[in-house]
Amino acid sequence: MDARKITAKERMAIPRQEMPAQDPQVRIGNFQEVHLGLTPELAQMEALRCIQCKDPVCIAGCPVNIKIDQFIKLIAEGDFMGAVRKVKEDNVLPSICGRVCPQEDQCEKVCVIGKKHEPVAIGNLERFVGDYERLSGQRIDPVLAPPTGKKVAVVGSGPAGLSCANDLAQFGHKVVIFEALHELGGVLMYGIPEFRLPKEIVREELDGLRRMGIEFRTDVVVGRTITVDELMEEEGFDAVFIGVGAGLPWFMGIPGENLVGVLAANEFLTRVNLMKAYDFMKSSDTPVFDCKGKSVAVFGGGNTAMDAVRTAKRLGAEHAYIVYRRSEAEMPAREEEIHHAQKEGIEFMLQTIPLEFVGDDKAWLTGVQCQKMALGEPDDSGRRRPVPVPGSEFLLPIDMAIISIGNGSNPLIKQTTPDIEVSKKETIVVDVNTMQTSKENVYAGGDIVTGGATVILAMGAGRTAAAAINEKLAGTAQNFSEW
Amino acid sequence: MYRIVSAIFLAENIKKFEIEAPRIAKKRKAGQFVIIRIEQNGERIPLTIADSDPEKGTITIIAQGAGKSTRELNRKEAGDSIADVVGPLGTPSHIEHFGTAVSIGGGVGTAIAYPTAAALKEAGNYVITINGARSKDLVILEEEMKAVSDEAYITTDDGSYGFHGFVTQKLQELIDSGKKIDFVLAIGPIPMMRAVAEVTRPYGIKTVVSLNPIMIDGTGMCGGCRVTVGNEIKFGCIDGPEFDAHQVDFKNLADRNRIYHHEEKEADEAFAHRCNLTGKA
Repeated sequence: MDARKITAKERMAIPRQEMPAQDPQVRIGNFQEVHLGLTPELAQMEALRCIQCKDPVCIAGCPVNIKIDQFIKLIAEGDFMGAVRKVKEDNVLPSICGRVCPQEDQCEKVCVIGKKHEPVAIGNLERFVGDYERLSGQRIDPVLAPPTGKKVAVVGSGPAGLSCANDLAQFGHKVVIFEALHELGGVLMYGIPEFRLPKEIVREELDGLRRMGIEFRTDVVVGRTITVDELMEEEGFDAVFIGVGAGLPWFMGIPGENLVGVLAANEFLTRVNLMKAYDFMKSSDTPVFDCKGKSVAVFGGGNTAMDAVRTAKRLGAEHAYIVYRRSEAEMPAREEEIHHAQKEGIEFMLQTIPLEFVGDDKAWLTGVQCQKMALGEPDDSGRRRPVPVPGSEFLLPIDMAIISIGNGSNPLIKQTTPDIEVSKKETIVVDVNTMQTSKENVYAGGDIVTGGATVILAMGAGRTAAAAINEKLAGTAQNFSEW
Repeated sequence: MYRIVSAIFLAENIKKFEIEAPRIAKKRKAGQFVIIRIEQNGERIPLTIADSDPEKGTITIIAQGAGKSTRELNRKEAGDSIADVVGPLGTPSHIEHFGTAVSIGGGVGTAIAYPTAAALKEAGNYVITINGARSKDLVILEEEMKAVSDEAYITTDDGSYGFHGFVTQKLQELIDSGKKIDFVLAIGPIPMMRAVAEVTRPYGIKTVVSLNPIMIDGTGMCGGCRVTVGNEIKFGCIDGPEFDAHQVDFKNLADRNRIYHHEEKEADEAFAHRCNLTGKA
């Protein structure tokens, strides 16, 4: 179909193009990516569904304001590399965001087409663009401004740090990223599983940043190995961006939580994703709880919970449960992940809370005492508050419990840099327009500021901070050069 | 990669390494640990830093070959490198002038007790050290311990050297002799630490133990190292590794440390088998 000749009626008649995916029964036996990506034909067809609104509300729905209408138009016209360039003006990691953004709550939520039909598959198209570039072999590396002579330290190599580093390097600043783990990528590597975000993609994006001259230092725990003050005073950094993520997993505080077999989702996922424990005794020395034929329950309803439960299924769990206290509509996970989980045979025990974990005489978990919940009045978050149903208690026999109810803030930087102000929840306090902390030349963004949120919000914060740091460091110099 | 500067066996299966890690050497305080990875596919293993030399930019670790990874480490020689060393992690030991301080090390735990004993001496304490081992050939750091002690005792389970008996018996003997003890540090196997806690509890002697829960990242992220202390959940990596011995739920720690027992045994046996085949180990 020719993009220029199509009639409005024909355009509206095109259904939302479905992305090919591995069959659920096949994919629960492997860790390969669920979705296989749009073909150029499918992408072009999907792009034709966009009516090119005069006032594209989708852009405002995107935390980094990708010029969605423009890149989709380029796809429709078959200018895929043009689409790559357009997306990368605002988002350096389209392959990643296309896969992990909650589009149904952002761009696609406000898509005008979505009022009568299915919204344009903006996320899938973004992913197509990112993958097209990767697979084409023609990487579009950004043009860097001349070196400014300024040095910025980025703490944490997750989404916030990477996007901040990328922009800073483009502004011409020298950037060094410090990572606590032995591998770069933060939550993209240790948290999000291979079947949702192949690690090869993350590595290729990191290579792109290396080509820009960004340096990486692994095995450095800022707050322990070196402090923020030392980075500035001893190592000569002019500014520091803190993007260390949320860090500390929350537990529920119910009896039996320290039984053997009760894990935080962070631990379970880190063992499997970062340490490759699914390949224990072969390519990995790190074990993980043996799920084969076992019953595993994950407590929580976010993306991490979905990742954990689907990982347990892939590791051979016979029963893999989601135990969540509200209903499906309130689940914070991406819609697609919930659907995928359902198709993969994950058993959802909704409006259910755990009361107590029970174990055997060796302190190994054997089950969890639960209670059904009913939805009451809306709480502060606007979601209806779950209230227990008397007499609905029951015992769910399980061998492993994975707690996935969110994360608190890591205290390491706060402990060693007391002049960085933190909130009651111990998140770092910033000016939201600049991401500047209470400490001069120190900025922060991502989950360490917001508490557990999304990859794209962290990336947006990283970019905001980069712009502010640039203004602070080089702003005046640039103004003079324009005279 | 982190280069090994020196590697010597202190006793059978217990090896001391000096490793180049300048940033850690500069920062490290008594009681802190590092996490190392030997090879690219290796586990992350927490090991307490026994010593450091900021001038040379090296840290010292002492490892006992107890499973696949530590045995693999113990095959490394000077000049070899290991993939990762990260730290210093954990909250440093709380050192002050207590008065009379007893530092107890059991087996390879002596390596961990040593730096804190040295720091206690430095802080002006009258330092008594008790180092326990199964037998004479497993006694480590005898000279080093003597150098930082006002009184130094060795105990062996089989009586082949020093006091015949357990470290707890020696400790009880010291208490019974009427010596006023203000502080006890005990580092070693869980049953030993638990036994020391029970010896000092009736006397209300402040007692600290260094725990070794399973952990991955060592920065608070994974939550694997949580321990029960005073009925509260604490994280070994950031709240610890040192805790009030009288508050620690040792049974819970011992239970939780057994989670991968089966897998560890399997890996260890496969490794031993491979070593036998290749004739290296």
